[in-house]
Amino acid sequence: MVAASLSTPTAAAGAGPGGWVTALLAEAASGADALAASRERAAQALAQTPLPTRRDEAWRFTDLAPLTGLKPSLLSPAPTAQPEPAGGSLRLTLNGHSDPLAGINLPAGLEPISGDGLSESLGQVLAATGSAGLWPVLLNGATAQNVLALRVRGTVATTLELVSDAGADEGILPLRLLLILEPDASLEVLQVHRSGGPNLTSVVLEARLGEGAELRHGLLAPGAEAACLLATVAVEQATGSRYSGVSAHGGWALGRLEPRLVQREGAAHSALKALQLADGRQISDTHSQMVFEGPDGRLEQLHKAVADGQGRSVFNGAVQVPRAAQRTNAAQLSRNLLLSDRARIDTKPELEIVADDVRCAHGATVSRLQQDELFYLQSRGIAADQAARLLLRGFCEEVLQALPAAAAAWQPLASLLGEQGR
Amino acid sequence: MIRPDAPVLLEIRDLQARVEDQPILKGVSLTIRAGEIHAVMGRNGSGKSTLSKVLAGHPAYTVTGGTVRYVGDDLLSLEPELRARAGLFLGFQYPVEIPGVSNLEFLRVATNARRAGKGEEELDTFAFEDLVRERLQVVQMDPAFLERSVNEGFSGGEKKRNEILQMALLDPLVAVLDETDSGLDIDALRIVAGGVNHLAGPDNATLLITHYQRLLDVITPDYVHVMAVGRILRTGGKELALELEERGYDWVDAELAALERTPAEVG
Repeated sequence: MVAASLSTPTAAAGAGPGGWVTALLAEAASGADALAASRERAAQALAQTPLPTRRDEAWRFTDLAPLTGLKPSLLSPAPTAQPEPAGGSLRLTLNGHSDPLAGINLPAGLEPISGDGLSESLGQVLAATGSAGLWPVLLNGATAQNVLALRVRGTVATTLELVSDAGADEGILPLRLLLILEPDASLEVLQVHRSGGPNLTSVVLEARLGEGAELRHGLLAPGAEAACLLATVAVEQATGSRYSGVSAHGGWALGRLEPRLVQREGAAHSALKALQLADGRQISDTHSQMVFEGPDGRLEQLHKAVADGQGRSVFNGAVQVPRAAQRTNAAQLSRNLLLSDRARIDTKPELEIVADDVRCAHGATVSRLQQDELFYLQSRGIAADQAARLLLRGFCEEVLQALPAAAAAWQPLASLLGEQGR
Repeated sequence: MIRPDAPVLLEIRDLQARVEDQPILKGVSLTIRAGEIHAVMGRNGSGKSTLSKVLAGHPAYTVTGGTVRYVGDDLLSLEPELRARAGLFLGFQYPVEIPGVSNLEFLRVATNARRAGKGEEELDTFAFEDLVRERLQVVQMDPAFLERSVNEGFSGGEKKRNEILQMALLDPLVAVLDETDSGLDIDALRIVAGGVNHLAGPDNATLLITHYQRLLDVITPDYVHVMAVGRILRTGGKELALELEERGYDWVDAELAALERTPAEVG
């Protein structure tokens, strides 16, 4: 469905967006690095793929046009202040240009993938999850100058923190990540993406989980005015593997997250917990896709959203259970808090179930702050605005507390609500 | 403890209130002095719970007449949080569950709001932990409940203990306890009542809203008021509660019927 809609010519793909893409590609093409060949292929595909418009179903509520107002050049952001990493975590700073592994001693169980290993693996998970043709993925592929690619063996005790800050300058920061977990490997990863100005952070993570492997994955993305985020998380799971993804994004002029999971033979466990916030005129969007290609698979998905001001929250949760995926057990819940009359929430489960022996539950709620909860807090001397804040915080914490422990140093809630100075 | 010269803490005059278009309180008058324990009894629907919510400032109720003076101030003009900071406490019949908000933090924020209302300085997290651990003993509550979300997954008895813990922390001048005995087994009732007795003193006052005599077996009221159809029908001492227990509420109906026949004598 996505590929079909992307190949539909649209009126908006005229001189404006096309010119912007051309200008960007011209700058990104240079270099004879390991990604040169794949970048060239993505560039060709991107040049022939019109910018999605709101006529495309997958972009119905999210207008990409503001992207073409950003300067079509690649960023190379200077380092910014970061909190001290928690004990037991290894932080790698991604700036799109330098090798984040330079001068780093990787903990036991992690090794870089390069050369033939890299060219064989790169893009495989994107293909397996049907993500290769997505516009944000093509944009990333056509512009990324390097890739952080790691192979994981055994249990890695260290939490890997992958951190970027696009900073205050105009431009685009493409980041590409690849993780291959060998059978029974276990890893915890926390991505943190920040920005402070009119730019785009484009992130694509591919993760392949071998049999019995486990990936605990957090993504924390507090944005800034005029900043955009397009993040794709593609995960391919073998039997017996466990993927747990916890994400929180908010504060971006346009922030869109696309987790795309496939259980190749079923019989794996996938869990998605997400929080997104939209205030002011921000758009927070999540399009998730879960595909079960074999029987006995499991999905637990909780998506929470808060919309305030004139903010707009979009959630589309696709779950595909073809005939081969008997005895699938999937549960999806979308819970939304609407804090203003002018905010808007669009939430949609999209279940395609062909197998007959499955359990697939889904539900969605949209509510305001509960009057009884507010009154209870007020009756204890807590002012109405502070009470509302406590309730909002309670709503968010359910997801934020599930982030990897290393996230605490980044003060997830305060940063998402814009309560702290950068 | 009745002392005619004790200062008046709460003075309710001809209070009338409605919820949506339904009049519930139709002229309630009640004076509470420091040191006193009052009990308001009555059937379901008599307006006794509404009285407690109107005093605390619940937004679903609209006051349509009458006045409430609280330590000299016009209570009804204050926002709910200001009433609480001034020392008015409502113990909820159905304490509200607030997922994601830690009980400890909630108690600390509430305690500090009340302390600010008394002109005392805020307690930091360490000082507050000491205080809360000491006050936990008033209701014999397991400290593990501090780490959980406010009332979430608490049993009925645990919720009521948590209410009395809040009362112990907020040090109210006037505590209004709405059906604090409902849903409690006999042990929990004894613990909760023990907490209320422990906190009652010569400088504060307690207003118990209850359906049953059994709470008044363990907390001895100075005054008992019987409410029906939005008014206080009769006021007496603790023996009035015993009379209600013996005779049931049927006589209230008879008295009401008599009132209806002679409306001129009312008010």
